[in-house]
Amino acid sequence: MHELAVAQALVEQVDAVMGQHQARHDHDASSSDAWRATAIRVRIGPLAGVVPELLATAFPLAAAGRRMEHAALEFTHAPIQVRCQTCGAETEAAMNRLLCGACGDWHTQVISGDDLLLESVELETTPS
Amino acid sequence: MCDTCGCNLTPGNKHLAFKPVAKGATAVSVLKGLLAKNDDQAGHNREHFDRRGILAINLMSSPGSGKTALLEATLVALKDEFTCAVIEGDLETENDAERIRAKGVQAHQIVTGTACHLDAHLVHDALHHMTLEGVDLLFIENVGNLVCPASFDLGQHLNVTLLSVTEGDDKPAKYPVMFRAADAMLLTKTDLLAVLDDFDPDKAETHLRNLANPAPVMRLSARKDMGMDAWLTWLREQLTAQRARVAIGQSRRPAIQSDGMKYHKATA
Ligand SMILES: Nc1nc2c(ncn2[C@@H]2O[C@H](COP(=O)(O)OP(=O)(O)OP(=O)(O)O)[C@@H](O)[C@H]2O)c(=O)[nH]1
Ligand SMILES: [Mg+2]
Ligand SMILES: [Zn+2]
Ligand SMILES: [Zn+2]
Ligand SMILES: [Zn+2]
Ligand SMILES: [Zn+2]
Repeated sequence: MHELAVAQALVEQVDAVMGQHQARHDHDASSSDAWRATAIRVRIGPLAGVVPELLATAFPLAAAGRRMEHAALEFTHAPIQVRCQTCGAETEAAMNRLLCGACGDWHTQVISGDDLLLESVELETTPS
Repeated sequence: MCDTCGCNLTPGNKHLAFKPVAKGATAVSVLKGLLAKNDDQAGHNREHFDRRGILAINLMSSPGSGKTALLEATLVALKDEFTCAVIEGDLETENDAERIRAKGVQAHQIVTGTACHLDAHLVHDALHHMTLEGVDLLFIENVGNLVCPASFDLGQHLNVTLLSVTEGDDKPAKYPVMFRAADAMLLTKTDLLAVLDDFDPDKAETHLRNLANPAPVMRLSARKDMGMDAWLTWLREQLTAQRARVAIGQSRRPAIQSDGMKYHKATA
């Protein structure tokens, strides 16, 4: 399934973040310390088309041998919220009924719930 | 907070960025679309299209809903009007590309192997095997699959999702991610409606509206040449709109990708 492709994209992105972070902090006086990722937080909404459980299964395969291999993958669940273009209400909605909870109109915009974001990476120094 | 790590704070997500962490540890806030690399490549593909005034359309559906049959009929109908080209995505075979070439139209087959969807890199590779000069309309037939193709921007301007009347009118409710992404929904094989008593086109449309999707719904049969005029008219209108955008240096992404793009833009 495509969760492996998403996991590979995640690994590349975390790797880039770590690389940039390391480069920046290597300029600091103190450190030639190695940074390692302890936790990776991803925000996935139900409408993103990515199943967190499948991504969690695919992640170790994609991260094998990489420097975030041992990081814990954590998920922030983003509830589905829609803004009504007719009455302006912001309400929660179900995946296949994105209707306004106040007036029932279908002219709504999803304002949360289709997210597929790398939220944060937690890094720790291991003094060398 | 480190400003080189893609930190991307907006009023809406600021609260996510700051959280206490243990001493000796740092939390790097990123807030970047997970598929950012694919999206960048898709943006690059879109530039290829826009530079040449090409309208690119991504066709998605279950396996066998009639994507290739629709293309065959469409290419014949538009033969004297526009220059078309087709990228075919398939797990294993060259069959669909051969069907297109038999109509005298340029086709490139992407054999995806185990990948059940096209992505922007695969499409870019295909573009470099094609002659884009003079092309007006580029159709990309995605792998038959109602799940993952919707998650990957290819650089297309429009998504067209097919639903054949043999599949059940509740497919939009069962696959909301896919049908939410549609800029147009085509109900295909309507010649079979006469012998099917359980497919209600109006219900299919209601399920689509329940996804807050205002996309036009067109009913057609490519095999029996029914309802093709509305579809061809829509294509002509979309090509005209694309040319008008290109003339003023604008482009268009499928409606669905706009949210991810919001974050994406703020990064640059
Ligand atoms: N009755 C009828 N059959 C159709 C129509 N369009 C396609 N078919 C049949 O449906 C089957 C699949 O059609 P294709 O065009 O190959 O479908 P597809 O979506 O390209 O299939 P994949 O590429 O394998 O996902 C073929 O047997 C077609 O003849 C139609 O309008 N009416
Ligand atoms: Mg086909
Ligand atoms: Zn940093
Ligand atoms: Zn309302
Ligand atoms: Zn896939
Ligand atoms: Zn290129």
